[in-house]
Amino acid sequence: METTTTRVLVKRYSPPQPSPYFQSFELPFSNDMTVLDLLTKIKENEDGSLTFRSSCRMGMCGSCAMTVNGKPVLTCQTYAKDVVKENKPMLVEPLRNFPVIKDLIVDIGDVFEKMRSTMPYVERMEKKAIADGTYKQSSKERKKLEKTSQCIKCMICYSACPVYGYEKDFIGPAAAALAERYNQDSHESAEHKNERMNTITSEKGVWKCSFVGECSSACPKRVDPAQALQRLKIMGSLHIAKEVTKKIINKP
Amino acid sequence: MSSFNTDIAIIGGGGAGLRAAIAAAEENPELSVLLISKVYPVRSHTVSAEGGIAGVMSEDDSHEKHCFDTIRGSDYLADQDAVEFFVNEAPKEIIQLEHWGCPWSREENGDVAVRAFGGMSTKRTVYAADKTGFYMLHSLFERSLKYPNIKRLDEYFVTKLVTDFDSTGGETNNEKRAEAMPSEKHTEAENISAKTPRVIGCIAMNLQTGELVSISAKTTILATGGAGKVYSFTTNALIKTGDGMALAYKAGAELKDMEFVQFHPTGLPRTGILITEGARGEGGYLLNNLGERFMERYLPNKMELGPRDIISRSIMSEIKAGRGFSGPYGEYVHLDIRHLGEEKINEKLPLVREMSLDFAGVDPINEPIPVMPVVHYSMGGVATNVNAKSSLKGLFAAGETACVSINGANRLGSNSLAECLVFGARAGLECAKECKSSKLIHVSARELADEENRIAELLQRTGSKTVATVKTKLQEIMQKHAGIERDHEGLVIGLNQILSLKRELKNIELGDKAKLFNTELTGYLELENMFVIAEAILRSALDRKESRGSHTRSDFTERNDEEFLHHTHVLQDQKATMSLSRKPVTITKWKPQPRVY
Repeated sequence: METTTTRVLVKRYSPPQPSPYFQSFELPFSNDMTVLDLLTKIKENEDGSLTFRSSCRMGMCGSCAMTVNGKPVLTCQTYAKDVVKENKPMLVEPLRNFPVIKDLIVDIGDVFEKMRSTMPYVERMEKKAIADGTYKQSSKERKKLEKTSQCIKCMICYSACPVYGYEKDFIGPAAAALAERYNQDSHESAEHKNERMNTITSEKGVWKCSFVGECSSACPKRVDPAQALQRLKIMGSLHIAKEVTKKIINKP
Repeated sequence: MSSFNTDIAIIGGGGAGLRAAIAAAEENPELSVLLISKVYPVRSHTVSAEGGIAGVMSEDDSHEKHCFDTIRGSDYLADQDAVEFFVNEAPKEIIQLEHWGCPWSREENGDVAVRAFGGMSTKRTVYAADKTGFYMLHSLFERSLKYPNIKRLDEYFVTKLVTDFDSTGGETNNEKRAEAMPSEKHTEAENISAKTPRVIGCIAMNLQTGELVSISAKTTILATGGAGKVYSFTTNALIKTGDGMALAYKAGAELKDMEFVQFHPTGLPRTGILITEGARGEGGYLLNNLGERFMERYLPNKMELGPRDIISRSIMSEIKAGRGFSGPYGEYVHLDIRHLGEEKINEKLPLVREMSLDFAGVDPINEPIPVMPVVHYSMGGVATNVNAKSSLKGLFAAGETACVSINGANRLGSNSLAECLVFGARAGLECAKECKSSKLIHVSARELADEENRIAELLQRTGSKTVATVKTKLQEIMQKHAGIERDHEGLVIGLNQILSLKRELKNIELGDKAKLFNTELTGYLELENMFVIAEAILRSALDRKESRGSHTRSDFTERNDEEFLHHTHVLQDQKATMSLSRKPVTITKWKPQPRVY
């Protein structure tokens, strides 16, 4: 197979080093090689200390998200030929907006806690015993979850989000999509939704989203978190109005 | 923090591990459950399972039929008591997941939908488009966030299981183990002698800091998945290096039926990425270079919906007969789903389309997909009983790591996701029960220090080999000598090559000497595990001088029930070498008969 040679600049950082630096590699690639294939080749043949995450290499597990030529992508499904520009090196950096642990590995623990705060599980309205079988759900109801349930938690949207960059309290795109996914579930109870909306409308909730939509453009699974955020803002406003009314009415 | 105490330690955060954690947490909110995984749970390989999950869900299906299909599919090597238990529990688990919000695909009337799958006599595979594993894994993970008593150690790599033999000092482990070795040939897992070691916890490395920690646990569950990465061409994720099986083996547990490695008929050339059996379940054809649906020649009654071992062998026969296609990455056949039409492909098989486009440059709406048989699943694993108990006290295993065995010599597609749930839940409940009566034994500081020294030495070691070169060599040997078709000569060569390559481990110098997130170091530790798996596969395959299920011997082409209707167990003996024994298959009511479809 035909090969081309490219220069790859990889951002390296390994504490206790004081600051990151770029390391340059020159290597051939063929048309069917992904950016992840290139990094693996570098690790195996050039520098074993280069550190990155990867696992399924088929775009499902979300491990290998990095910034390539300034854009956050899954490197296992980004082909080198598509990102190599003539006479320009390919630039591989860690995801933005996260603390870097080492080289291309970032600390994403914060987002998993944000996800936990959305209570991402169904509490049924009426509880059936296992022996009574499954619930009905129409294709139309199932379709409502279609987009939001595709999230693989790769963190690309957080890397693309300009707000999360400076405002770590913002719940952010993927956690919002997750909240919306469970809000839209036809079996979710009103009470549980209400509880979730309390989180969503808190200071750490959705309000800081400035709707630039970068998250949706960057999402490799077409989850459209920007849309989820907008819906949650609308639902959130109604939720707050309702809560306030309730308080006024219930006032002794 | 350098030590943790917990009631239940679960190693592995995929389908089986998460299900175990939730089962235990729900059973008793007072229990502490520690979920330890070398990757974030949502990165686990369950995420890549595509086609579906089997369980008797419709009125025209029956437990009897699912049992028989599974047993016949296993080439009569499945333990039938385990199969009956499994078949009975599988629908409950599917319903349970639905109650928790897992978005199964639906029929028109709002019921959970089922599709056809290979070797199943009726439609009984529940699915969520063709991303079933992904939806299951994320539903389980999200559900697990509900329970405050489930604590996670994400990105912790377990380097060793610790037993009470390790911690008492004095005699060496091997001497103790020699005493513990059962004298009679057939020991039931339940029949554990007083001298059997008890697993009391493990040592794990926090990858994000490089620090080693000791974890003391009343009970430990292994749920680390399979070992496809011991081959060079596999559907498996990079993380699937057989860690749990190797950890168990090194602690003194028995592994079972390791010779049985499933080749999935339809992997994409070069990457080995899986194209789901669901594609054939929905009506896809396999075609040779003459455009013939060649399964007509081998399995006219089942055609493309035969069990995986038979379809994979049929593809190889077509290729051998010159009826395959040649490409830069080997010979292949075509999987054609064009006739299903764009709408059905997009609705039921979106991932097939995505994968074909992304990784083979083919749009299956307009072109057939190139496919070839590829290593997919380890039928063998840690020997467990129906209650997910291993041969060691305090140690359980579930999912692909374990071998109960419901899969025998060949697993039916869509039984494995159900197996993760059924035996994951079982392991969680059994541990919860055992925790009531068992005491926590602390992993000693010396044990931790020993492991710290071992790792420190690895980091300092100099040598001429790299992790990558030795790993690649191991994979090539296995691909060549322990593949779809095996024979005595090839297996002997393979075993000798693996044993001599193993000596090269000592010559490996790590390309990274840092403490923090050292993936060279974890790569090395995984490689050590892979040697255990490779040796177990080769030795077990050599011992089985017959063809059964996925294990095809060109020098013994027939199944031989008289001599080989037994499980192969391997165990580390007193000289720290691998010893084999044979144990009976549990037959309840399905007497072995020729496997005719």
